[in-house]
Amino acid sequence: MNLNALWQYANPKKFIQTTEKVLPLFSVLAVVCLVVGLIWGFFFTPEDYRQGSTVKIIYLHVPAALMAINVWLMMLVTSLIWIVRRHHVSALAARAAAPIGAVMTVIALATGAIWGQPMWGTWWAWDPRLTSFLILFLFYLGYIALWEAIENDDTAADLTSILCLVGSVFALLSRYAVNFWNQGLHQGASLSLDKEENVADVFWYPLLVCIAGFVLFFIALVLLRTRTEIRARRMRALLARERMG
Amino acid sequence: MGLNVSNLTIARGGIKVLEGLNLSLEAGQALVLRGPNGVGKTTLLRTIAGLQPPIEGTIKADPETMVYAGHADGLKPTLTVEENLTFWASVFATSDIDAAIDAFHLDALRTRPAGALSAGQKRRLGLARLLVTGRPIWILDEPTVSLDVDAVRMFADTVRHHLGQGGSALIATHIDLGLPDAGILDVGPYRARAMNPDDFDEAFL
Amino acid sequence: MIALLTRDLKLAMRAGGGFGLGLAFFLIVVTLVPFGVGPQSDLLSKIAPGILWLGALLACLLSLDRVFALDWEDGSLDLLATSPLPMEGIVTIKALAHWLTTGLPLVLAAPLFGLLLSLPTPGYAPLVLSLLLGTPALSVIGTFGAALTVGLKRGGLLLSLLVLPLYVPTLIFGAEMARRGVEGLDTTTPLLMLAGITCGTIALLPFASAAVLKVNLR
Repeated sequence: MNLNALWQYANPKKFIQTTEKVLPLFSVLAVVCLVVGLIWGFFFTPEDYRQGSTVKIIYLHVPAALMAINVWLMMLVTSLIWIVRRHHVSALAARAAAPIGAVMTVIALATGAIWGQPMWGTWWAWDPRLTSFLILFLFYLGYIALWEAIENDDTAADLTSILCLVGSVFALLSRYAVNFWNQGLHQGASLSLDKEENVADVFWYPLLVCIAGFVLFFIALVLLRTRTEIRARRMRALLARERMG
Repeated sequence: MGLNVSNLTIARGGIKVLEGLNLSLEAGQALVLRGPNGVGKTTLLRTIAGLQPPIEGTIKADPETMVYAGHADGLKPTLTVEENLTFWASVFATSDIDAAIDAFHLDALRTRPAGALSAGQKRRLGLARLLVTGRPIWILDEPTVSLDVDAVRMFADTVRHHLGQGGSALIATHIDLGLPDAGILDVGPYRARAMNPDDFDEAFL
Repeated sequence: MIALLTRDLKLAMRAGGGFGLGLAFFLIVVTLVPFGVGPQSDLLSKIAPGILWLGALLACLLSLDRVFALDWEDGSLDLLATSPLPMEGIVTIKALAHWLTTGLPLVLAAPLFGLLLSLPTPGYAPLVLSLLLGTPALSVIGTFGAALTVGLKRGGLLLSLLVLPLYVPTLIFGAEMARRGVEGLDTTTPLLMLAGITCGTIALLPFASAAVLKVNLR
């Protein structure tokens, strides 16, 4: 495949036209996956012999936590594309993704607290994983606030993408610093290449469906929000031109 | 050594204001920019000075030969007149501030803090900064604001002297400086045309 | 460049409060803590390294919005940007001036304030060393934040929101080093990490700050 052909979708007009067609598809797939995965996970899996029914919160907790990190990575990639190739859609996609990432972080933290209460007997502990997520949430907040604070769109895109780059480095540093600072309660990641060691198949398959659902849901939301951003941007441009006569 | 601008398109706040602009400035020449408020003179000067990138076109000039003076003078109120000038002199790696002080009759004010100067005196100090930089191409945005008649004459003399020494000046101003040889460029005709609203691409307009 | 540094220092001295304000803030934080947690000296000596680090961090933060704001308002920043000085050099000098006027006084005053919080004797040297190593990073990171928010009218609060998460690694290693010093443990690991972070930020962050400042001057 010719990679250059990919860049045509960076044109706002082409992007709007294409997403018009694929958005319903992603939305329907996301709903199907989420409904199937969650119902399967909540009602048709056995209870864990140690954790009881509380374990079922992983169908929300794990996908949300995964998305919280991956949304930031996606923002990092789109920010880099904006810095290097200056495609406006790329910058707007990063802007559109940030609030979703922030919400995913909150979901991961909240479900974690709800799960942690019966498991560890506390809603919150300054465990490295939890702390890192809290810090990640702060990074999201700063990023969103910077976008909102700057009036000129191109300036905002430039500044936020540099903030995203610098923030990524510091987020990684914080992750290691926090690990050094406190050894934690949190179990190892539920997902890894040797997944059999951590999660039994009965829990594993519905979890995969849920993760797919979250990813599709995120894609649909980002496409939708990017379309909104493009239109808002165009509206501002038209208004500005009208003011200038 | 000179300034050559060709087919320049510039934008303010993401919206094109001037397009297809050409100008050139040789040693010993002055060029006065005219045009109504908001047409983009300040944006043009800032672009030429290298503070913002042009959208299209080329600016041929060594940035090390230009010095920019905008609406604000960049003076520190707690530093004296002399200290302000000495600072800029050392930033531009020169040392002589006496010529600048003489040219704008600042001798009596040497030890006065810049914060205690009147608006016109501050402006004179801001313009004196041009002389201490020792750079040949002056890019001036409304240099005569808040100057009285005498001070304007002082400024015009300085510019004339500068041109006589092989310098050049690009000046956006509305008043007649009394520079008979200065060219005049009306930027009004270069105002950017609005594009068809249905035909939007990367720039959204 | 040296001219810019001496000018900034001169300005800080003449405008008043340049050196003193951060220090006074630090003193107030240290004074208020015992009111909040109680006067028991064993408790205070336990939390002293953390409080001193937090106080220093907040005092640094307090003066950040002035790093570029004044030069931005009076047009000096435009003129500096078109001067022969490279932008990376300008932001580095600005960070250095901020450190000399804020960070260094904090480092020098920290032992005195440690006394107020009954910091145990073995803790003084590691505390001062950790602040000496860590505060330059705070200034450099803060300069990046200040460059990001320079054109904004109400940038102060946003500046804190942007800069504080970036301070996390420095704070963790700095406070950890001070704490280990108090407890008489080995401080080598946090010391190396802290020094690494400071060197890394000084080496790399000025490029980001300069890029951001150029965008803001457009």
